[in-house]
Amino acid sequence: MNGINDNATNKKYKSKRKNEIIGKIFLYAILLLITICMILPFLWMLSASIKSNREVFVMDPFVWIPKQPKWDNYVKIWTKIPLLKFVQNTVVLTIVVTLLQLLTSSFAAYSFAKLDFKHKNKLFLAYIATIAMPWQVYMVPQFIMMRSMGLNDKLLAMICLQAFSAFGVFLMKQFYEGIPNDLCEAARIDGMSEYRIYAKIMLPLSKPALSTLTIFTFVNTWNDYLGPLIYLRTETKKTIQLGLKMFIGQYSAEYGLIMAGSVVSLVPVIIVFLCLQKYFVEGVASTGLKG
Amino acid sequence: MDEKKAALMQRLETEAAELMRQIRAEADIEKKKKLIVKRDSIQRKLTATRNNRRISRETKRDLVAYSFIAPNFIGFAVFTLVPIVFAFLLAFMNWDGSNAISFVGFDNFKRMPTDTFFLAALKNTILYVLGTVPLTMIASLALAIVLNQKIRARGFFRTVAFFPYVASLAAITAVWSMIFHPSKGPVNYILYKVFSVPQDQLPKWFSGSLVLVTLVLFSVWKYMGYYMVIYLAGLQGISAELYEAGSLDGANTWQKFCYITWPQLRSTTFFVVVMLTINCFKVYDIAVMLAGGGDGKLSTSATVLVYYIYQNAFNYWDLGYSSAIAMVLFVMVLIVTLIQFRYEKKLEA
Repeated sequence: MNGINDNATNKKYKSKRKNEIIGKIFLYAILLLITICMILPFLWMLSASIKSNREVFVMDPFVWIPKQPKWDNYVKIWTKIPLLKFVQNTVVLTIVVTLLQLLTSSFAAYSFAKLDFKHKNKLFLAYIATIAMPWQVYMVPQFIMMRSMGLNDKLLAMICLQAFSAFGVFLMKQFYEGIPNDLCEAARIDGMSEYRIYAKIMLPLSKPALSTLTIFTFVNTWNDYLGPLIYLRTETKKTIQLGLKMFIGQYSAEYGLIMAGSVVSLVPVIIVFLCLQKYFVEGVASTGLKG
Repeated sequence: MDEKKAALMQRLETEAAELMRQIRAEADIEKKKKLIVKRDSIQRKLTATRNNRRISRETKRDLVAYSFIAPNFIGFAVFTLVPIVFAFLLAFMNWDGSNAISFVGFDNFKRMPTDTFFLAALKNTILYVLGTVPLTMIASLALAIVLNQKIRARGFFRTVAFFPYVASLAAITAVWSMIFHPSKGPVNYILYKVFSVPQDQLPKWFSGSLVLVTLVLFSVWKYMGYYMVIYLAGLQGISAELYEAGSLDGANTWQKFCYITWPQLRSTTFFVVVMLTINCFKVYDIAVMLAGGGDGKLSTSATVLVYYIYQNAFNYWDLGYSSAIAMVLFVMVLIVTLIQFRYEKKLEA
């Protein structure tokens, strides 16, 4: 009796296992498909960047790495357009904006999350109200204003534009609210000033949030197109995105060069992302970005 | 000096006493609380004056707090709040940016119904939003559920899915326009060779009515990784006990999704949909780079609102009309956000 019963459970267990294995295979098949969709354009980009113009669209037979890779595509792009200047401008812009953003947002967020003061709610409402306001709604008056301040065609205009976002303050505040108040209270009793509490306690604790904000700000500033398009007119002041677009317009037949330029423009963001990504999901979870 | 101080203290003391009397007499608890707060603040002022402190502890506390906010707030006020107010005013003005500005009331808005390019932009933007928001939401949720399982190389898959989001638009649109090139691209080549679609019927991905479809496909591909991360964060907030309880009750995978995952993710979905809608309404660079060709000009089949805002402002220098169109954009975003907020409230109740 007992034996039969055992046998039955065993069978049931086996079929369950079988189902699980089939499910796993199915899961991996889907994942593989998604991965291919996601990564194929990038592989194509890499492959095309070392091909000659004629080879790029040869499908029959299609080769990923041509017999004679045209590495000099990667040399030519620096001389055909002032790419180095564009990269320099973008690096300066992105680093300054990201640093300012991290510093001023976390500073303001500390106050909103951990301090009590007059007009706190009103001030925070001003931030919240603008989050749902697309920048495109006020970009024109903003430009007119900047122009009257003499900031037209200056990198400084781009910095002012992107360094003080409501989003950063909101994100950091959400994170700080998750840090227990007792921690600050204890430090206050020990006689620490608010500035020291911020610097010695809050900042070291907020790595996930800071990483998340860094990724967002870095990626957005590095990849911004419309902002530089409006503000930066002189060629030597342009950013890499404008340069790349210029490149595509000018040399629409030289696909190899365009792809090489694109690869170069992707490298920095990918490095930043890979360095910070281990904090990323945690950061999104703890900043209440999930809503 | 001392006389002044004495007078001030006298006044504060009587005020405090008067308030104390009112507090005792007041029956309404809410009003009572307010009075107590008021009295406390006077009491503190009194102590500060007595101890010869120039600024009270309260003021000092406020000043410290403001010093934290100031660096960000000043920049934010000057470069965001002021232009927003300016934008609202400009929508009712006629201005070319250099000559005299004049008030024209609703004239800018009255021009819209007869402006065919504006109507095309409005229609395309709405269609784009209607296509992109649900598709991206579904794709990112599915991806998040799959990547929340215990599988090998999970980190790798997550990173890959997030790649298109961090990649710069100019670069990946260049790849897309090559891959979907109507005559030379590999996609149409496969359609021609494998599915034997006749050469003259091969889809022209970047023109005509198909261009919106391409824009939606591209957007889903680019943004689903980002919203996947938000969903992942939401999924990790669901307690495992709920699923265990579900298993004990014999729920299958689909039932678990319907009765546990989906309801638990409600606030996440709300956030995702709001953010997606806002982001989709401001579409511009995707359209210009995929459908704009070399000169970046959009035809009526691919035009979007932000493109027309830009054109009116920086090509025709019709700042009033441009701002009026921007207001249309804003009102649409606002309406959608409000509807979603109300819906969310109703669900909570």
